[in-house]
Amino acid sequence: MTPPPQASVALPAAAGPGARRRRRTALLMQDRNVLGALFLLPAGTLLIVLLAYPLALGIWLGFTDRTVGTPGHFVWLENYLSLFSDAVFRLVVFNTLFYTIVASAIKFPLGLYLAILLNRRIRFASILRAVVLLPFVVPTVLSAVAFWWIYDSQFSIISWALVKLGLINHYIDFLGDPWNARWSVIAANVWRGVPFVAITLLAGLQTISPSLYEAAMLDGATPIQRFRYITLPLLTPIIGVVMTFSVLMTFADFQLIYSITRGGPINATHLMATLSFERAITGGKLGEGAALANLMIPFLLGAIMFSYFGLQRRGRGAG
Amino acid sequence: MARRAAEGTDYLDTTARRALTLYLPLGAIMIFLLFPFYWMATTALKPDAELYDYKRFNPLWIVHPTLEHFRSLFTDTDFPTWWTNTMLVTVGSTFISLALSVAAAYAVERLRFRGSSYLGLSIFLAYLVPPSILFIPLATIVFQFGLFDSDWALVLTYPTFLVPFCTWLLMGYFRTIPYELEECALIDGASRLQIVWRITLPLAVPGLISAGIFAFTLSWNEFIYALTFISSSENKTVPVGAITELVNGDVYHWGGLMAAALLGSIPVVVLYSFFVEYYVSSLTGAVKE
Repeated sequence: MTPPPQASVALPAAAGPGARRRRRTALLMQDRNVLGALFLLPAGTLLIVLLAYPLALGIWLGFTDRTVGTPGHFVWLENYLSLFSDAVFRLVVFNTLFYTIVASAIKFPLGLYLAILLNRRIRFASILRAVVLLPFVVPTVLSAVAFWWIYDSQFSIISWALVKLGLINHYIDFLGDPWNARWSVIAANVWRGVPFVAITLLAGLQTISPSLYEAAMLDGATPIQRFRYITLPLLTPIIGVVMTFSVLMTFADFQLIYSITRGGPINATHLMATLSFERAITGGKLGEGAALANLMIPFLLGAIMFSYFGLQRRGRGAG
Repeated sequence: MARRAAEGTDYLDTTARRALTLYLPLGAIMIFLLFPFYWMATTALKPDAELYDYKRFNPLWIVHPTLEHFRSLFTDTDFPTWWTNTMLVTVGSTFISLALSVAAAYAVERLRFRGSSYLGLSIFLAYLVPPSILFIPLATIVFQFGLFDSDWALVLTYPTFLVPFCTWLLMGYFRTIPYELEECALIDGASRLQIVWRITLPLAVPGLISAGIFAFTLSWNEFIYALTFISSSENKTVPVGAITELVNGDVYHWGGLMAAALLGSIPVVVLYSFFVEYYVSSLTGAVKE
């Protein structure tokens, strides 16, 4: 912040042209349109140069065959057509949808359940809440490394425990088999995402007045009815927002996959973001990678629209 | 006050019922959420002989704890450099973002100039753009600016996701500061800048802390930009260094990796534990608006 200008509006009348200029500046600084533009300039410049421009540039790159070394030419829809006929791409779209839908479908009920548990009268409630959020706070890549080790084919602690308990008799190949790998990364994603869902929904639960529950109890409502007719309707707006965020983060996920499987085995866990990285940065085909990233945009917009129109309207408006 | 919300009917439960419906599921979920940290810590503290021998040693326990993995992390790898890089990038981008966001949020929320409501909405939309669709064009821009493989690339690009978030959060915070205070100052002849500096900002300190804490953790945890824009080991951040440099070929030094994961998590965890309430309020505030 710059220090406030010392020129006051009430300057002596005998002042020279310099003072008049200063006075004009002082008056301009009081004008909300001028000042507003001035205040917005730094943030606006940054977001236009490094957010809006790259977004547009990315869409343009998707229509070119630019590589790391060459500037590239405009190739119309070639990137998109080759992607649509690419079996790996189709598998990756399936993986991404499967990952997003299944992980969100687990995160939502589990997160809501945890929020309801945490909203009850428990000892050390504030410490518990702080601890619950830890998986979300810790750098994803670093916790993903821990999951990588947990899923190790030879030294997996899960396999060891299951063998000790006599439930299985040989170690599970968590990351070597396509479906095992898919479920393993989904478990890691759920582990990281549940705290976010739980803590944000808990904030929503805390705004529900207890008198509603008391009134319902006096009327003989069962716990399930109280949940169905009080908690859920009042929570719907915030559920819409929280799940939109959760779905967006899951759909555009990169870190977890890159750290645990790098898309393997045989592309079984590749998501659109990781494949886009592999094609553009590892493979050097910037145009094709950008086209892949662009294909994520319709899905992201769809998720936003769905939550905005589908979930929010049924609640109390803006939430 | 709000905490009493759902407790209204809890006193009717018996102890056994509470144990079954509350503590049992809560305990199970807590074990699920905390076990990876326990496993990370025990692995980092075990000697290799113990780490890879489940027959003679129970893997859930440490028989001979050692700091060997931490020592080799500091002497045999660039870990200290990554740590410093991450700290510099994080602190730099957090402060830049806060300064830009305060000005922008004040402009949108308080100056109410023409078109400010649309700007508020577009800032929220900017917040929803995931880095995974921006990193390719940003990589070409970073290259054109000559910032490739420099930590400046990160200091300048991290604000693209921090500024929308912080602005959004601070807009909500400024809204809670009574407008009358600013009006009083205006009547007393204070200029707009004086009002921002002397009245609004001091009152917005909790909001600034919330935004700052959240921005710090977001940039400390950032991965895809750092992975794309940085290529030499001495410029890497902790997450990227751990993933790319500590794994050589098929030989995984699990002890060292877990030690790095542990040390790389400490700054955010320490900051978080001191400012839990601020962190949670920024997390929920961003969602509730």
